[in-house]
Amino acid sequence: MDTVVLLFCTGLGLGALYFLVASGLSLIFGLMDVLNFAHGALLSIGAYATWWAGAEAGLSFWLAVPFGTLVGTVAAVLLELFLIRPLYSRPRDQILATVGVGLAVPALLMGIWGADARPFPQPALLSGTWHVFGATVPVNRFVLVAAAVLLLLTLRLFLARTRYGLIVRAGVEDRAMVTALGIDVRRAFTLVFAIGGAAAALGGALGGLYFGSVNPGQGTGLLIFAFVVVVMGGMGSVTGAAAASVGVGLVQQFANYYTGAGLGDLSVVVLLAVLLLVRPRGLTGRLA
Amino acid sequence: MTSSLPSSPSSTPRAAASTSSALEPLLSVRDLRVVIDGLHILHGVDLDVAPAGVTALLGRNGAGKTTTVKAVMGLVPRTGSVRLAGAELSSLPTHLVVRHGIGYAPEDRGIFAGLTVAENLRLAERGARGGEEGGEPDYALVHELFPELKQRAGQLAGTLSGGQQQMVAIGRTLLNRNRLIIADEPTKGLAPKIVSEVAEVLARAAEAVPVLLVEQNLALVRRLAGTCAVLADGRTAHRGDTAELLADEEAARRLLGVGSRHPLAGGPRPAASPATPVVTTEVKP
Repeated sequence: MDTVVLLFCTGLGLGALYFLVASGLSLIFGLMDVLNFAHGALLSIGAYATWWAGAEAGLSFWLAVPFGTLVGTVAAVLLELFLIRPLYSRPRDQILATVGVGLAVPALLMGIWGADARPFPQPALLSGTWHVFGATVPVNRFVLVAAAVLLLLTLRLFLARTRYGLIVRAGVEDRAMVTALGIDVRRAFTLVFAIGGAAAALGGALGGLYFGSVNPGQGTGLLIFAFVVVVMGGMGSVTGAAAASVGVGLVQQFANYYTGAGLGDLSVVVLLAVLLLVRPRGLTGRLA
Repeated sequence: MTSSLPSSPSSTPRAAASTSSALEPLLSVRDLRVVIDGLHILHGVDLDVAPAGVTALLGRNGAGKTTTVKAVMGLVPRTGSVRLAGAELSSLPTHLVVRHGIGYAPEDRGIFAGLTVAENLRLAERGARGGEEGGEPDYALVHELFPELKQRAGQLAGTLSGGQQQMVAIGRTLLNRNRLIIADEPTKGLAPKIVSEVAEVLARAAEAVPVLLVEQNLALVRRLAGTCAVLADGRTAHRGDTAELLADEEAARRLLGVGSRHPLAGGPRPAASPATPVVTTEVKP
């Protein structure tokens, strides 16, 4: 029983991490039709900026996380303004450019700080364990889940209540018609990139807690599962991405524990294939 | 966003439209060309929209009517000249074209199905933010013309009937103080009763704002439009008085491919009569 509880909590934590990456990815694809292969790089930038601020610059963890998130947000905005926007009418080049950034950033991080994993600062408050139904669960799992739930609620409020949220929801349906109502939809693009970058960078910062260390390849590794989550949840649907994140995280943890290592990752892909066969438009019925 | 509206001596665009001389077109399109994926869709369209009333854009299926409208809006890459009240729009992105005061109801209605009726309308507000170009959103007018939109404010637009969706599309163009309304086949696929309702609204709207109307329903065109332009194969084939064109059977058949009897032979308000076919028969090329 305690194993099940531990796997459940860890799976939820992993799912929360996926959601932090996938929510931005989903909004970006839904609104802009951009497959942002550089999204994992944004996570890595957030992770390393947090690690650097905490371990090298000596900031407290509680300042390092906002710092890392801010750096990731700025990186995302610069990426949108100087790389995505000039290539807007050339989707193929856009994909190549984001793939390039997705490869270059980890290489750059490796060049500066080496390929080895760096131990991540663990504040005393978050490094303990909680006892849940007889299982001993690391607190950082709950930190991730709390961050993901908070992000989900904030995004839903933003989408439902604000004018830019309205523009994003409309743009996911029909971008051209949004401009034909006199709205400069490119501002919404930059905003969505900033939100996605902030969420991914926060995921990087909290992922450092979860894994206990940072390494240059972390972001790219997580990106694959984030894409699976986005396709499952339905492109452009934040709630769909949340549901799919939980599913993928849990399936992966349980399958990796009860079957062979690596089969969990495989089972996620099988899950995706089955879902797409049964519901070609993803969980939320949106066009993939 | 700073507004780059040419400042008109008369107060509002609406007032300007109804008082300026009939000689000067409100919208003047010259040599408009569109090439999409190497295909030449428009080879030089000339079009003038009268500063008052309805101007019709006619032509057979595939003649380039919708592409012309999209090119004016900047929704497809275009060359040539598009001047609205003296301001050149042909190099502007779509949202700035709109901000010069154009309300656009596209052929497919452009409704956001997952948004409520109220949200669809709210999205169209160009309002007080960034200059006075849009003015305060005129919900009083929209709800007077379409009381149903008020009752159904909370309903998802995707669950509306075709006629109700068209009301949302036209309502969005009336919300702002526009200089020009462009309606692309607003009666397409609607029941005859709804067609006459839409016609009624267009007539009302045209009293205040000039309308460029793309329409296949010639009975409706005859009733609403004073002047017209006819496209054929991506060029302007004819420009002039609507009644004259439709009275000339030979020219109408040649330009529009309509039969000799109806619906041209219909009464003064044939659109309202279910006995008259509302969709014109077209000779396929």
